[in-house]
Amino acid sequence: MDIFEKLMRLDRRWVFLFLIVVCVLTYAFDFEIPVLVEPEVEAIFDFVDTLPAGSVVMIPIDYDPGSLAELHPMTYAIVEQCWRKEIKLIFSALSQNSPGMADQAIRDISDSLKVEKEYNGVVYPPREIVNGVDYCFLGYKPYPAIIILSMGQNFRLPFPLDYYGTPLDSLPMMRNIQNYDDVACVIDISGTNSTDYWISYGQGRYGFPLAIGVTGVSTAQYYPFYGSGQIFGIMGGMLGAAQYEQLADNPGLAKDGMRVQWSAHMVIILFIILGNVGYFVSRYRARREERR
Amino acid sequence: MRKVTIIVMAAVIVLFLASWILKAGAFQGEHDHYIIRGFLVTFAAFLTLAVMSFLYQDNPYYKFAEHLFVGVSAAFWMCMGFWTTIVQNLVPRLSTSLADFFEVPQRAEGLNFFFYTPVILGILLLLRLSRKIGWISRWPLAFIVGTTAGLNFIRYLRSDFIKQISSTFVPLLGRDWEGIGAFFSNLDLSATGQLVMMVSNWVIFLGVFCGLIYFYFSREHKGVFGAGSRVGIWILMITFGASFGYTVMGRISLLVGRITFLFRDWLELI
Repeated sequence: MDIFEKLMRLDRRWVFLFLIVVCVLTYAFDFEIPVLVEPEVEAIFDFVDTLPAGSVVMIPIDYDPGSLAELHPMTYAIVEQCWRKEIKLIFSALSQNSPGMADQAIRDISDSLKVEKEYNGVVYPPREIVNGVDYCFLGYKPYPAIIILSMGQNFRLPFPLDYYGTPLDSLPMMRNIQNYDDVACVIDISGTNSTDYWISYGQGRYGFPLAIGVTGVSTAQYYPFYGSGQIFGIMGGMLGAAQYEQLADNPGLAKDGMRVQWSAHMVIILFIILGNVGYFVSRYRARREERR
Repeated sequence: MRKVTIIVMAAVIVLFLASWILKAGAFQGEHDHYIIRGFLVTFAAFLTLAVMSFLYQDNPYYKFAEHLFVGVSAAFWMCMGFWTTIVQNLVPRLSTSLADFFEVPQRAEGLNFFFYTPVILGILLLLRLSRKIGWISRWPLAFIVGTTAGLNFIRYLRSDFIKQISSTFVPLLGRDWEGIGAFFSNLDLSATGQLVMMVSNWVIFLGVFCGLIYFYFSREHKGVFGAGSRVGIWILMITFGASFGYTVMGRISLLVGRITFLFRDWLELI
């Protein structure tokens, strides 16, 4: 058996092992991969960046721990940008496991805001983030379509209490906020099909500006909605998160993970080439044998 | 039980305990509940490795992780549904004494007996568990199917059909067309330039048109029609390729996430 036949019969577990070893080794070396920013990500950053202090942005966090690696960096970059610019946030969670994700992000980012930082040449002083003043976390309710529709009438219909059990009317920032008319935009960060509901029942019914951050697997299916103007921006997977981190001048896990992405993609391309070489050479030899 | 299985299981238990002790020691001084935190990080690492071990072959550790995930998820979803929907949204609308019992605030609009309807439908749905009167559960099921179909019909018609069709009605010469002379004298090769917009609009037009031809089966795909159909299938293949590329990126991202957890949070090597 020559090398080409071996390539054709290579046990896939060797491919997995090689891929994991390369990813781990790449992580050990510190080098940066340039990230080119796409207009659909820049549109979200520019929209948020030009909002005046005191504006309200809604961020539905609709993903579970399975999508954490791709979507958590998006949440961290956007939420930190908003809070540094004194933009108020309404969080919701329309996926069963997502309240934990949102709660963790809120606590981590609140902590990081206690330190002075400089982003894109602007120095932001430390801030104390207060529940009910800087943000309101609505929590989880099942059946996204119904919840999205009823929030269009009033946030208090599906969420009489926030995630921590406080009535919404008791929260200072929610006193003058009734429904989507009072928010500047909705940025849905989702690892589920709730994005479909936000597009059709939310944006389609109430017409608010909607942007989305989705997993790599589902990115391609949402580009037609970007083309039709139903969403004004889209962040796709870890690459989209890395682009946003670059724009926000706030490198995090996504930008750090780009070098592993790069090396893993190189390994996959290498195996695709080797597999094809093995296939075509084997086929050529088989045909030559037949002719003899 | 085979001797090798026992040795592997013993090694796993020893490594788990060693990791727990070391992590708890590392967290001492940083966290109040350092023993529990050490256990949680070690257990998360064990579950990660147990799931990844499926890449080698199916094994009891993978099965344990899988079953634990399914069981915990089901219990978690049930509790979330009960406390966030039934207790918070339904109870205050039905009974003041029940609202006091669950310590949820009363609704400003008071009690609303209309909400007994979902209670009754919910109970009817549970009758599915009975063999004799299980057929009654078809009524609430019919209500759910009918409502969902009605809502989705409007949804698809508006956002996935009409909006998508209207967005393919694009100007083939690009916006602000002022003639060939003006086009060449102001030639702009940037992404927002007229040339790129024109090419993009032609791709959309031909892509949609040829894609539709491919799915038109009332005429044989021969001649010009066949050529359009072949272009259509190329467009579809490119779309699937883009989708698959994003899928690969997504899966590698998840691997990156787990590697970050194992080597940074657990082993603290990065």
